[in-house]
Amino acid sequence: MKKNPFSLHVNLDDFAPASEAEKAYMVQMRPSTTFFKDGMKRLLKNKIATISMIVIILVTLAAIILPVFWPYSYDTMLGVRPGRPVDSSYNNLAPFEFGETELERMAEGEEIFPHVFGTDSAGRDYFIRVVYGTRISLSVGFFASIIVLIIGMTVGSVAGYFGGKVDLIIMRIVDIIYSLPDMLMVILLASVLKQSGLNAAIEGTVLEKLGGNIISLFIIFALLYWVSMSRQIRGQILSLKEQEYVLAARATGAKGSWVITKHLLPNCISVVIISTCLQIPSAIFTESYLSFLGLGVNAPMPSLGSLASDALNGITTYPHRLVIPAVVISLIVLSLNLFGDGLRDAFDPKLKN
Amino acid sequence: MNTKTLWYILKRIALALLTVWVVITVTFFVMRAVPGGPFLGEKAISEAAQAALEAKYGLDKPLMEQYITYLKDIVTAFDFGPSLKLRGRQVMDIIMDGMKVSAKLGLIAACIALVVGVVLGAVAALRRNKAIDKIIMVFTTACISMPSFIMGTLLLLVFALQLAIVPANGETAKGLILPIITLSLSPMANITRLTRSSMLDVLGQDYIRTARAKGVSQMNIIFGHALKNSLIPVITYFGPMLAYIVTGSLVVEQIFAVPGIGRYFVSSITGRDYPLIMGTTIVLATLIVIMNLVSDIMYKVVDPRINLE
Repeated sequence: MKKNPFSLHVNLDDFAPASEAEKAYMVQMRPSTTFFKDGMKRLLKNKIATISMIVIILVTLAAIILPVFWPYSYDTMLGVRPGRPVDSSYNNLAPFEFGETELERMAEGEEIFPHVFGTDSAGRDYFIRVVYGTRISLSVGFFASIIVLIIGMTVGSVAGYFGGKVDLIIMRIVDIIYSLPDMLMVILLASVLKQSGLNAAIEGTVLEKLGGNIISLFIIFALLYWVSMSRQIRGQILSLKEQEYVLAARATGAKGSWVITKHLLPNCISVVIISTCLQIPSAIFTESYLSFLGLGVNAPMPSLGSLASDALNGITTYPHRLVIPAVVISLIVLSLNLFGDGLRDAFDPKLKN
Repeated sequence: MNTKTLWYILKRIALALLTVWVVITVTFFVMRAVPGGPFLGEKAISEAAQAALEAKYGLDKPLMEQYITYLKDIVTAFDFGPSLKLRGRQVMDIIMDGMKVSAKLGLIAACIALVVGVVLGAVAALRRNKAIDKIIMVFTTACISMPSFIMGTLLLLVFALQLAIVPANGETAKGLILPIITLSLSPMANITRLTRSSMLDVLGQDYIRTARAKGVSQMNIIFGHALKNSLIPVITYFGPMLAYIVTGSLVVEQIFAVPGIGRYFVSSITGRDYPLIMGTTIVLATLIVIMNLVSDIMYKVVDPRINLE
């Protein structure tokens, strides 16, 4: 259709129905991805992070499943038999060695499950002790991080959202706790809580087996370690709350708690996941450090730190007893750190330096 | 130095003082909260003897009075009272004795960490993605992932017991080699990573390109322009480094039998020597707080563009 260039009439060609070719052009070539899928795709592309993830999953599964069907238990002293003197041939076995009575039974044609890592000085199967130690260390790391997550998230979001005086007071408290030398405070509190009535209070519960020290470790994490998490969440909330959708929610009459839980926290989720993931190795570090100083889990329950510290006594004769927990702990911490870094790169590319 | 920086420094000093006060208060009340008092659990002693002991150490007075006396003694005379287990010795003397060894150990470890860390970091940044960079990064990652006590025991096992190059006992000068290496590895790895990333950042800046365009030699660019600026973030690590060395020395001195403050601290925990636990905690905590303060202020003064608020 010919048109006068100076005419104000609209060009009717622009309103013609789309041709098939044009429609095909607008068809989406692939379904849109969600935030989670997109991040996972990037994570799986990162080889180191994927390998670390597999290692973590394998170690966790092993720590959960192996004790179920392993023929030995972490606290059975194999040389101790009811009604007879202690058979010391079971103490300090080298890997794949057997005790005397076991050798006799094997001579009779019985199949005996090998002591893969030998036994310790009290005749306990070392492999299962390492597995249990891994279990304890992992669960301490996990639960401590959950505690840190809950407290840090609550405090950080309240400070960030309400601002003003609330923020000022909370942040001053955070500043002080942040500048406290955490390890020294941990040792101090752990050594004191050890003496306190905590042990009596948890008697008869599941917690008793873990011992008062681990409970005090959790208390310490709850008291001291939430500050960096709450700082991060606060920073995130401060920038998020200026967004239009928060204004819209408030204009329609949403309350503070609603805005925080429904709008702000879901948008901080990547920061939360990443710092929780990086919190776990630091908790494992703290636990093993305290166990090494004798402030960790109660005997006979092993943790990787206490196994390493026990091994110090026979370090020249039985070096494998030190090397095994050392390797396991380093492997766990290394893969958690690398996985955490990978998560950060995948879910929060802005943070990548 | 403008008023804003000065204001910041004052605020930072106030926070540091407050932190030290919190540490003293927390340690004091936490220690007094232990049921039974410090003499429980020793050999059974008569009521009269216990009362006499408590009177001797001033434990029979009201709690607030004890607290104020304790605070006053620390502030005016650096006096933490007598040790409960090492009879006849003042806590401050024990700390000073231990400090002589520990300070030497810590300072050498910190210097090694700083020098080696900066060199490795700079090399890694300049040879980015080459084999040497990858080796350095793998090495530092391994160092960071190993708790200090495991590193210490493994070094002890290999170099002192299997190869017998150095003595396992840390009481001689030669025996201090392994503890120093153990303490310096992890901070060194952190400094390497910090230097590497900030060096990479600096090398991408426009002024480096300008210098290159002007024909400045590579050496001059590295030492005159890049390295100096990339060391600024390393300053922030001084505080955490000291904290790491202090806590690390607790176990390292235990492993290598170094007669330093860390060993006293650990034995005071197991021996429940409360004045010694409190004294060492407060002294070490104050050191860390001061170091954090110094590194924060230095950071601000060296690079006034940085807004730390």
